[in-house]
Amino acid sequence: MKGSSPVIMMSLALLLSACGGEDQDISQSLGPDPRLPEPQRGMLPSMKIAEPTSWGDQLPTVPQGYAVSAIATDLQIPRQTLVLPNGDILVAEGRGGNAAKLKPKDVIAGYIKARGNTSVESGNRLTLLRDADGDGTYEVQTVFAEDLNAPYGLAFHDGNLYVANQDALVRFDYQEGQTEASTPPTKITDLPSAINHHWTKALTISPDGRFLYVGIGSNSNITERGMEAEVDRALVWQIDAETGAHKPYATGLRNPTALAIQPGSGQLWAVVNERDELGEDLVPDYLTSVREGGFYGWPYSYWGQNIDDRVRPQDPDKVAAAITPDYALGSHVAALGLDFSTASMGGQFTEGVFIGEHGSWNRKTPVGYKVTFVPFRNGSPDGPPIDFVTGFRTSDGKTRGRPVGVTVDPRGALIVADDLANTVWRVTRTQ
Amino acid sequence: MTAITHRSYRSRPGPLHAILLAGTVPLFLGALLSDIAYYRSYQIQWSNFASWLIAGGLVFCGLALLFALANLLRAKRKVGRPLLYYMLLLATWVLGFINALEHAKDAWAIMPASLVLSFIVTVLACVTAWVGLTNLRSGGAA
Repeated sequence: MKGSSPVIMMSLALLLSACGGEDQDISQSLGPDPRLPEPQRGMLPSMKIAEPTSWGDQLPTVPQGYAVSAIATDLQIPRQTLVLPNGDILVAEGRGGNAAKLKPKDVIAGYIKARGNTSVESGNRLTLLRDADGDGTYEVQTVFAEDLNAPYGLAFHDGNLYVANQDALVRFDYQEGQTEASTPPTKITDLPSAINHHWTKALTISPDGRFLYVGIGSNSNITERGMEAEVDRALVWQIDAETGAHKPYATGLRNPTALAIQPGSGQLWAVVNERDELGEDLVPDYLTSVREGGFYGWPYSYWGQNIDDRVRPQDPDKVAAAITPDYALGSHVAALGLDFSTASMGGQFTEGVFIGEHGSWNRKTPVGYKVTFVPFRNGSPDGPPIDFVTGFRTSDGKTRGRPVGVTVDPRGALIVADDLANTVWRVTRTQ
Repeated sequence: MTAITHRSYRSRPGPLHAILLAGTVPLFLGALLSDIAYYRSYQIQWSNFASWLIAGGLVFCGLALLFALANLLRAKRKVGRPLLYYMLLLATWVLGFINALEHAKDAWAIMPASLVLSFIVTVLACVTAWVGLTNLRSGGAA
């Protein structure tokens, strides 16, 4: 027994020393040309899980000249929101995914990560919020539709309300002023849903209402569920709203969690969550314009032509074709919300995009956990991101909320879904 | 005669101890073969099999380690074969654990380290089981 303790101590020291490297300055991993350190991973991946706590009397922090209030609480996992033409807000609530645990790691990591999320059951419904008198209090709260399957993406055009469930794209007929759907939804097309490791189906619609765009995430971090599981995954589908006919619009997008059409140009933009377990500062999640027919690297490479050696078989031709994204948001921030601003938001927030960052797990020093604003000029990102809503983590390291979807209300407000506090926040101008 | 029987009983694995000890061999060997299959085919299921076989090997090896420790603590002279057996078993478990962590990496990230580790652990498990199961014949060094 005597001889054993040095052996144990040595192996423990080896384990600890191997647990990931140091953080770099966050600002270096932002913008169009992020610094990409060498990939690294110790014996254990870095894990820092959000420890939930309640907001109490506290509110998120917003810039001077803005105010924030909770317009709905006690929801059942609010994810994305939609502002209807009459100002009513729809909230998609739920949690999806049915990925089998394939390795001992999946069992252990799944248990650890679940501690950083809400324990509320999936709502599988749409909730409607109404502020009839315009005083900022949403006094009406009704269930617009229920028995959906982990609804996430929402889009509206000319009396048609589109909802992307985790397994199908459906349409409701909507008459202005409705507080609940009058008929069951009509299915437009099934969506790839086997395994659904990344289950969220982001959704947006072309300005003419003809095409829907659905973001379909990969079925693994980096092909560890096998290449066969990645058919029809990690891409954006373009779907004909009339017929349901669909085709891949852009591929190699690991997890496109939110889509938005740029006003004016009609260009499709996406925020994409990149791969984990390559180190604290790899790989940056990103904001990018999405080119039709473009390939963005996953799984073979990241940020353009940086090869990911964890993938077999490799594909040099695909790597050579990979497009470098437009704008890095930082590694592990988990961008889940995206919307273009309007002049009504005021100040320095009139031209650009708001981005909801759910927050990291694969990083010693947590990042994300905020709503940020990427300023645009002449239609492209220009300049460093600006914090818009913060305060989701306490000074003693607990987490009060985690932002998901962000939606600009054209009347001059930002709607933020918080899936940890099960709250919808509304940020308005006070000046 | 009675005393000798008593002494050798302590140093020899009992049936449960022997099952646990011998069981580590096919489990770690199975992991090695699965790793080889993954290395040659890129079929991820082999890597999943290897991970679970190693987890099973660690359970068997860990329980055998408890028996070995108890035997060692009860032995009068903590040297010779019982100590060698215990140290080998401990090394097998520690390297097996490191191998389990290595196998928790995603996809090809486990290569080639997992293949090398699985080979070493399999050889160690064979040697350890051999030493442990032949303790009986060593004539009660402890």
